[in-house]
Amino acid sequence: MALQDRDRIFRNLYGFQDWKLAGAQVRGAWDNTKALVDKGHDWIITEVRNSGLRGRGGAGFPTGLKWSFMPKNDPRPSYLVINADESEPGSCKDREIMRHDPHLLIEGALLAAFAMRAHTCYTYVRGEFMREQERLQAAVDEAYAARLIGKGNVHGWDFDFIIHHGAGAYICGEETALLESLEGKKGLPRLKPPFPANVGLYGAPTTVNNVESIAVVPDILRRGATWFSGIGKPNNTGTKLFQISGHVEQPCVVEEEMGIPLRELLERHAGGVRGGWDNLLAVIPGGSSMPCLPGSICQDLTMDFDTLAKLKSGLGTAAIIVMDKSTDIIAAVRRIAYFYKHESCGQCTPCREGCGWMWRVLQRMERGEGEKREIDLLWDVSTRVEGHTICALGDAAAWPVQGLIRHFRGVIEARIDRRQAALQQAAE
Amino acid sequence: MAVRRLSPDQPESFAFTPENEAWAKATMAKYPPGKQASAVIPLLWRAQEQHGGWLPEPALRRVADMLEMAYIRVYEIATFYTMFQLAPVGRKAHVWVCGTTPCMLRGAEALVEVCRGRIHHDPHHLSEDGDFSWEEVECLGVCANAPMVQIGRDTYEDLTPELFEKVLDGFARGEPPMPGSQIGRQASCPQGGPTALADFAKAGK
Repeated sequence: MALQDRDRIFRNLYGFQDWKLAGAQVRGAWDNTKALVDKGHDWIITEVRNSGLRGRGGAGFPTGLKWSFMPKNDPRPSYLVINADESEPGSCKDREIMRHDPHLLIEGALLAAFAMRAHTCYTYVRGEFMREQERLQAAVDEAYAARLIGKGNVHGWDFDFIIHHGAGAYICGEETALLESLEGKKGLPRLKPPFPANVGLYGAPTTVNNVESIAVVPDILRRGATWFSGIGKPNNTGTKLFQISGHVEQPCVVEEEMGIPLRELLERHAGGVRGGWDNLLAVIPGGSSMPCLPGSICQDLTMDFDTLAKLKSGLGTAAIIVMDKSTDIIAAVRRIAYFYKHESCGQCTPCREGCGWMWRVLQRMERGEGEKREIDLLWDVSTRVEGHTICALGDAAAWPVQGLIRHFRGVIEARIDRRQAALQQAAE
Repeated sequence: MAVRRLSPDQPESFAFTPENEAWAKATMAKYPPGKQASAVIPLLWRAQEQHGGWLPEPALRRVADMLEMAYIRVYEIATFYTMFQLAPVGRKAHVWVCGTTPCMLRGAEALVEVCRGRIHHDPHHLSEDGDFSWEEVECLGVCANAPMVQIGRDTYEDLTPELFEKVLDGFARGEPPMPGSQIGRQASCPQGGPTALADFAKAGK
């Protein structure tokens, strides 16, 4: 059962309608937000927790629970930081929210900040999203002018929304690297603990949330936790923006129910796999850091956190990269390995050296060079990067390589065989 | 990690225009007292825009002085963040070609070849007339409209080599084409029209 239009949160996802305040209000944004604020800090956190909302930035940590970690009686100021550093290859949803429905984000930020007793929200937008920064700033200016936010606003909770931007560094999507960058430093992730809820931005309590996690909050509070938790599957509730790229007939971004079968999602919205379902070689279900899955196990695959985790992959940001049988899967993963080599911040040796090493070995495997025992060596090295670094970039670099070996070892071996046979022939 | 060094050819000095100086002051005020270093990326970016798309070394020192930061801390920022160009770029356009897997699957390698043939064989080199330069960048977050390039503030999406040539022709003439999808798609909506939200696909308010 596909998601009905009446249950969609992002009603201007494609920008057919007015993104400005007047248009957003027609679609229901900023409708008596004061009544939600009047229900109190704890009511909002409880409602979000009961909705089952899991963070939309990739890790899927329960949002309400994260908010409840913020200290309640702390002399330091509290901060809400919104992570709009959307850079995971395959992900292109936060951009659509910021440029087509920015008021959902601003209203959500007010409610989230109020719930956590924060008066300031910094939104860290990736540097390349310049038009999105302009659009979001224009919407923020409208909200200030209408006294929806700012000092002495109509909601009775002083709230400043400040847009900050980066300058091209994937690592700044990692929450502590983001905070470092926001403080004016290189984006090098911090050791945890302490977690940002205790020592975050400028040493003060901070919660970092993804754009989509914040933008869905007003609808959850208005329609109720049970509405949101009634969509999707247990522990994987609500609606989700899926981003479909690669070898489909019509790549797109679309809001759907969590747990929708992959095949239905692709065929209903993306025109299906190029050349038909049987032409599917593999999918990367959640952005480039998630291990690929072979087409053969995708027939009944559902798109939710728990199902994909059981298959040793993940929903991540729900960025689905589809590859048909014309794809050189080794080259596709080699390019992902290059991405992580390029984006490693260089702080931890296993990642800094390991990412480059994995990329160089995959380059050789793409050409069929090397020996089959090196496949096991590559696996072994990937496990020495995974879990041995300060942040998850090391894991993110290792998993796609492991996915390749787990499911497409035969392709690597066949290519080595082919090259050796060609060399043999040339020698004779 | 990428090795990035400052250009050996540097201007003598750098100063913000009065408008940018005022903008910088307002930007610094967005952050709490004593935390003005937070403004380093926005200020460097403004300096780069003012200086024809690349960041000269005197600008790093100027920004460091304004923010009361050690020079080395600002050098670190300029070399760490890859949107800062450390050498001159094309006068009319510096092209970012997204080369990461989602774009690669839909033909980004052919776009790189267009750059190699038309601008310069190697990235970060000026074309003969000095009007263009290019580099392959990592994912630009426009994956559902792949392959794509970004020039300045705008993205050009759903490209083929032929469409990309047309985009570059436009920049060469000084008439940049309309940003966004070059095959007439509405944002990231499926090409055949929306599969959801039909009632919201009208331009109504």
